Amino acid sequence: MNAVAATDLAERLTGLVDALRSHGLRIGTGETVDAARAVEALGLADRELLREGLAATLLHGTAQRPVFDAVFDLYFPRAVGAPEGGPADREGLRDRLAAALADNDTALMGRLAVEAVDGFGGYGSSPGSDGWSSYQALDRLRPQTLLARVRNEVRGRDGGAGFGDRLLEDEIRRRIEEFRRLVAAEARRRVAERRGRDEIARRAVAPTADRVDFLFAGKDRLAELRRTVQPLARKLATRLAARRRRAARGSIDLRRTVRGSLSTGGVPMRPVLRRRRPARPELVLLCDVSGSVAGFSDFTMLLVQALHDQFGRVRVFAFVNRVDEVTGLLVHGAADPEGLGARIRDEADLTGWHGGSDYGAALGEFIERYAAAVGPRTTVFVLGDARTNMADPNLPAVRELVRHARRVHWLNPEPRSHWGTGDSAAPEYAELVEMYECRNVRQLDALVGRLLPV
Amino acid sequence: MFTSVDDVSARLAATGYLASHAVATTVFLADRLGKPLLVEGPAGVGKTELAKAVAQVAGARLVRLQCYEGVDESRALYEWNHAKQLLRISAGRDESWEETRADIFGEEFLLPRPLLTAIRGDDPKVLLIDETDKADVEVEGLLLEVLGDFQVTVPELGTITAARRPFVVLTSNATRELSEALRRRCLFLHIGYPDAELERRIVRLKVPGIDAALADSVVRVVGALRAMDLRKAPSVAETVDWARTLLALGAGTLDETVVRDSLGVVLKHQDDVLKAAAKLDLDAV
Repeated sequence: MNAVAATDLAERLTGLVDALRSHGLRIGTGETVDAARAVEALGLADRELLREGLAATLLHGTAQRPVFDAVFDLYFPRAVGAPEGGPADREGLRDRLAAALADNDTALMGRLAVEAVDGFGGYGSSPGSDGWSSYQALDRLRPQTLLARVRNEVRGRDGGAGFGDRLLEDEIRRRIEEFRRLVAAEARRRVAERRGRDEIARRAVAPTADRVDFLFAGKDRLAELRRTVQPLARKLATRLAARRRRAARGSIDLRRTVRGSLSTGGVPMRPVLRRRRPARPELVLLCDVSGSVAGFSDFTMLLVQALHDQFGRVRVFAFVNRVDEVTGLLVHGAADPEGLGARIRDEADLTGWHGGSDYGAALGEFIERYAAAVGPRTTVFVLGDARTNMADPNLPAVRELVRHARRVHWLNPEPRSHWGTGDSAAPEYAELVEMYECRNVRQLDALVGRLLPV
Repeated sequence: MFTSVDDVSARLAATGYLASHAVATTVFLADRLGKPLLVEGPAGVGKTELAKAVAQVAGARLVRLQCYEGVDESRALYEWNHAKQLLRISAGRDESWEETRADIFGEEFLLPRPLLTAIRGDDPKVLLIDETDKADVEVEGLLLEVLGDFQVTVPELGTITAARRPFVVLTSNATRELSEALRRRCLFLHIGYPDAELERRIVRLKVPGIDAALADSVVRVVGALRAMDLRKAPSVAETVDWARTLLALGAGTLDETVVRDSLGVVLKHQDDVLKAAAKLDLDAV
């Protein structure tokens, strides 16, 4: 490797590390040096080896991998510039794509993605306003409409008999999904060539799932989050158990220590620790499930449900402008998390004569109808953005709640800087209860681990 | 130990461990850079097997530290043999205090536990620290010195440095987030479910008598199950178990009855069985 290439490589590597850091991955200098040593040991001949080598040295967790893959594709692209050969025609490309999907030939699908972006993804003509769009390329190519054709082709080839046949459609769907991902990556690469790698790596690569804002998470991001509920709950349960153990040791039971010392002539040889009664903390969740914060509430409800065996009793109430108990729906909903939100909104009685959320009315009704749910052993979590639609925030109801409950915490999915803007009553509520900013899974994880009673 | 990534794949395959690209690359790097290897992934994808295979390839002794809640220094690092020390003291009653003290803290009275064993001696070793996430946070502190500098400090004897660095593999199921300090000292490897091609090869290697077409459909069904968002997705171990079961049942091909009757081998929760049956259009189970 000559000197020029070596500086270029070092620059590229630090650029990659910088881009990863801007996505919140903590990578030290030591890891960067290791990465460089890995490159030296592996060589640059095989791109996939390089990818794995850099991932092994730079990453610390599984969740970071999607971000890494996207950024890696930008800094160590598969190819540079436009593909060789003339522009592809749409039908020809679709034919070849159908064949690639039928054979599950990933390498060919990658090459077709390159051609697709080149042929159909470009927009604009003047330098500065032009670019490459995966959306446009996929819209022209419509790979999803190939499903029936590919299915028939595969069926025709191996007879369509056997058990595997019923899996076929799903498999082809997954392959098409993979092709869409390839097209998106290719479009990002082409844009990066035009606009500069560093900027695209920061802006166009989706963040890791635990840093996605609940309020802006799209449908598939929320689905991705739901899949993290079980592992997250397991981690939290471990942490709670550790806290419980720590809380259980420490204080000395003087009476029993002195009593025990009689057998050793009054010398307290064995201190007796006070045994804690296994308290069964109770949990009440009061969730705003109106459109704006539904994603956040659904996720948190599932998480608490997954943790339910840690508590004596968990009751969950949902509200928009009226309150209803949804504990039962949640227990059955564990098997079908996608439909949970819709079912809660269908089956529970949550809205009066308008559809907007009204915290004042909902809190008042909760105190009125379900006051018995809250006792001195109950910790209450209120989930919501505290946007009252200009209605009365009903602070007396909150005071009443605080008076009855052991603790009241409020998790607000809005950034702290937005509290109190517009119709948000967050500052008023925050004076009465402890309110926390909880914008993404990372913050929720930290808060729940700290705030849940043990 | 290895000359290239392909060399790693080939030699691991010779011991019966089929490694993916990622696994082979990372093992090669761990060997080259002399860093411990932290392996995460779902249960049953062969994390522990990897360490055993590496040990076999390298002709090294496998030293295993199984972590559990409450594992401590005396189980992981070393312990003084108190009983023997007492015997030594009572055997030498006429000696002066100075002689006795110098004596009872010698190598003879030291009971080495896995971490110390892995560091002492000149023969090649593979140290497997299994289920690191089960151990308490304090143990991680203990591991830092061992994994960072490959040395152990025994106050009475001084610092023991490895004459020959062991190849270290840590495994974790991620029930607890390992500390950043520990992660930074390791190369990170996530072993996920293998792709269909690799899994087919694994099944045919582990279940020698199986027919290629049957192996193929087993792998396809398992792939479909994994896409289903179940409580516990089937792992490679389950795939192999299932293939063995089918072979024992004498099933030549997969059909509805066979799948329905043997789904319990692959899925371990009743909810999952019901869900999978519904999605695969099986009749009521």
